[in-house]
Amino acid sequence: MSIARFWRETPRRYNLGGSKCTICGTVYFPPRAVCPTCPRHRQTLEKMVPFQLTGDGEVFSFTVVHDAAEGFDMQVPYVMALVTTVEGPILTGQVVDVTPEEVHIGLKVRATFRKLREEGKAGVIHYGYKFSPAVDSDVRPPVRGPAVPSEATTPAPSDRAPA
Amino acid sequence: MDAGIVSYGAYVPRYRITPAEIGRVWGVDGEGMGQGLNVHRKSVPAPDEDTITISTEALRTALIRGAIDPQQIGALYVGSESHPYAVKPSATVVSQAVGATPNLTAADFEFACKAGTAAIQTCLGLVGAQMIRYGVAIGTDTSQGAPGDALEYSASAGGAAFVIGRENVIARVHRTVSYTTDTPDFWRREGQRYPSHGGRFTGEPAYFKHVTECANRMFEAVGSAPKDYAHVVFHQPNGKFPQRVGKQLGFTEAQMRYGLVTPYIGNTYSGAALIGLANVLDHAKPGERILMVGYGSGAGSDAFDLEATDAVATFDRSYGRPIQEYLDGGVEIPYAMYAKFRGKINMGDG
Repeated sequence: MSIARFWRETPRRYNLGGSKCTICGTVYFPPRAVCPTCPRHRQTLEKMVPFQLTGDGEVFSFTVVHDAAEGFDMQVPYVMALVTTVEGPILTGQVVDVTPEEVHIGLKVRATFRKLREEGKAGVIHYGYKFSPAVDSDVRPPVRGPAVPSEATTPAPSDRAPA
Repeated sequence: MDAGIVSYGAYVPRYRITPAEIGRVWGVDGEGMGQGLNVHRKSVPAPDEDTITISTEALRTALIRGAIDPQQIGALYVGSESHPYAVKPSATVVSQAVGATPNLTAADFEFACKAGTAAIQTCLGLVGAQMIRYGVAIGTDTSQGAPGDALEYSASAGGAAFVIGRENVIARVHRTVSYTTDTPDFWRREGQRYPSHGGRFTGEPAYFKHVTECANRMFEAVGSAPKDYAHVVFHQPNGKFPQRVGKQLGFTEAQMRYGLVTPYIGNTYSGAALIGLANVLDHAKPGERILMVGYGSGAGSDAFDLEATDAVATFDRSYGRPIQEYLDGGVEIPYAMYAKFRGKINMGDG
């Protein structure tokens, strides 16, 4: 991929930058200039605003890749999934930090920032989003207010016998 | 000093390897080696993780926890000795990935294992001078030891990000002092894949001298003594050095309890002391005083006298994993998988 082409896609790959129709509220990724959902497309031309997806979602469907694409040979077998984001758009991405057996439809995931590929040993390194399984602590806090601190119940490292 | 830590986040990759498994391959008593170093497991980055991805994950956690608008970040520094590019800043990718561009200054720092603490000092200066609202200091590494070298038993991957500011400070920095000399204990020449070191020379004239001198200068500067601190964090190239230097200085095991993380994740180099500090902040209570003394080969130490404020009690840590999860969790992999992940297998020039 040319340097310029990847660079142009940086806002999408790094930050999940999509767009939102201010008339009907539909979110698009990648971003669209007009809203195909609204009956009068032309009216939405000036009504689309940039919108950043959180990257939170769940696996809609997936496949396990054994015959790797170029640059992914160190990662086989790896999982490629369609992820339904909480904002609506379905994104395609690799699911990492998981074995293929652990992936299932409905698995909660979050976007994670990873290396996508390298242009050889001397070329540019491309970064972007992938997905990893979400845990409870990946739930984003709602509108901020003072939280009640919870007392840690897990022992400190020095309390435990060496592994 | 009015400035301090406003928010923090850390990230440690998922995979782990034990010294026993490393020793098995090289025909030595790896378990004994691990016990000698007080390192029981070390983290291993996945093939698609590097200093840039780890730094980004750590900082994203910090920004969400502190509800900080990335556009208010005026400076962002990434401290590491394993920047993916020799020329092209890690800091620009991280800045873009968290949405902090374009109105900020950014740069990469390198000072062996203390580049992250040097970045904190720089941010304190800029924030203290009211030139910026928030400064971000990150310490991350994915360092490697040469196959079979003693370093291979401890060199791991991980990082932590600290947002420095003047508002809603959870840990105020009272003072920072440094101690720097030209000491060739550990280095990596341009173009070399693995670092070299002076063996035992890395101990007394390097780590112990600089950490001790720097800590003593801090005691003198603020009129404190070891008993005044609830927590202490030292740079931790292994689990043994910080315990020894802490004892020599007069600290108890209880004071070192949360600041020592290397036994469970290995030496994360620029991230080591910072992940220890993050673990301390996971547990700190208002009014508790914290001493952190970083160390970087080459060589130098940076010490920080901090105090947890009332805001630490209400700081929302619900997003992002507590450090304890990184210490307990992870998936152990065999040496062959580790060698593949770390690019130690010769795949030809393709």
